[in-house]
Amino acid sequence: MTDDLRRAPRFTLPAPVAWVVARLPAGPPAFLLARALDAGVGRIVPRDAVAPLQGKRFALTVRDLGLTMHVDSTVAGFRVSRPPFAPDLAIGATLADFIALARREEDPDTLFFARRLAIEGDTELGLVLKNLLDGIDWPTVLRRLPSMRVPGIGAR
Amino acid sequence: MSASLPPPRLPELVCPAGGLPALKAAVDHGADCVYVGFRDTTNARAFAGLNFDDAAMREGVAYAHRRGSKVLVALNTYATTTAFERWTAAVDRAADLGADAIICADAAILDYASRTHPALRRHLSVQASATNYEAIEWYRERFGIQRAVLPRVLSLAQVEHTLARTQAEIEVFGYGSLCVMVEGRCSLSAYATGESPNCQGVCSPAKAVRWEPHGKGMRTRLNGFLIDSFEADERPGYPTLCKGRFEVGGETYYALEEPTSLNTLDLLPDLMRIGVSAIKIEGRQRSPAYVAQVTRVWRAAIDACAAAPQAFRPQPQWHAELDALSEGQTQTLGAYSRPWR
Repeated sequence: MTDDLRRAPRFTLPAPVAWVVARLPAGPPAFLLARALDAGVGRIVPRDAVAPLQGKRFALTVRDLGLTMHVDSTVAGFRVSRPPFAPDLAIGATLADFIALARREEDPDTLFFARRLAIEGDTELGLVLKNLLDGIDWPTVLRRLPSMRVPGIGAR
Repeated sequence: MSASLPPPRLPELVCPAGGLPALKAAVDHGADCVYVGFRDTTNARAFAGLNFDDAAMREGVAYAHRRGSKVLVALNTYATTTAFERWTAAVDRAADLGADAIICADAAILDYASRTHPALRRHLSVQASATNYEAIEWYRERFGIQRAVLPRVLSLAQVEHTLARTQAEIEVFGYGSLCVMVEGRCSLSAYATGESPNCQGVCSPAKAVRWEPHGKGMRTRLNGFLIDSFEADERPGYPTLCKGRFEVGGETYYALEEPTSLNTLDLLPDLMRIGVSAIKIEGRQRSPAYVAQVTRVWRAAIDACAAAPQAFRPQPQWHAELDALSEGQTQTLGAYSRPWR
């Protein structure tokens, strides 16, 4: 489906951005991330598919943004982690690479081999997460969610 | 080429899929066949969250068939005596779900399939490690295999020699991560983790793998054993024992195998000239993005080679694209190129 769209540009945010963002509270972006993940569970991925993630703590670092978001997967859904942080799985990449991964323009193993994607902690949890995301059949999901349909995506 | 010769038959492009989106990516980008596995230990990529349940398999087969592609189901691990029925049930499921062929290594499973579903094509898996035509003919005569996937240990001349002496179709590996190449016989992973690909379907199970930051670089541990250490600018490979660096005789190096990827684009005219029936792309563990990229490149290459075999030169951007996807630091022609032999 990505062939229908222009490829995301390769970029790295200028260093001052990270300098500034690193000094801002990470709570609000983590809250938005948790809400976005919750919105997907049960609609984009089945509830039982995320069961292996329950009780686990995640850290997502956008390197060039200087931002690390900590979220927990709980029975009640995703929640912002409380310090002290001790993530079971930590994933890091630049904003551009996260966007390319989300758009399926890049393969996570490729980015890992090129040292553009870092993964620390519970490797199996990382694999479960990767395979969960890789398994989402976006055209089907978007067909079932007419309100979320975006022009050019999922129309087939 | 003489005008009296028939045009070369195009080898089928056989692409991997670990899930429905990858299968669709393969079909959409020109795969003739997609090979897949069930979500259990009956295949050699039994990773958490990967592979197909029956509903996804049914949908995948329908998607492929609507677009003229085939689905091959890998049942390529060796059946355990305590759960033999898991493998025979998987054969039944593949047949019921409309698979075009199964890819098997275990003689007992081939035997079951040939008796129970004689109309279902049987391909001999690379994991059966059949490296000569006598072995392939033995499988063909006993179990009616229609195709054999050759282990990645033969030179091009040996592939040609084998192919000329068997009635079975021959499939070879074209691209992807290399393993230590004792297909069907490797149990290195079991020494460190207790699990190996041929029985449990996984080499270096993810639960045993840890990537640790180390200075500016990274260390890889497998069940606690340090197997490699990378500087910040080094490209890591998959965390397998065979691709670790070890101290041997006072030197630390890739004592067993370097992490490299096989890439046989340069050999495509030869592979087509000798009459291989299919070219296989490795990587059911990879994402839909990888499947789309590799399939697109290989589709273009096979079509270009078929149109003008003698003028065929792989385009630099094909190599560049495959290079970016590769494991490790180099690509290799592997065993195909053994000029000293």
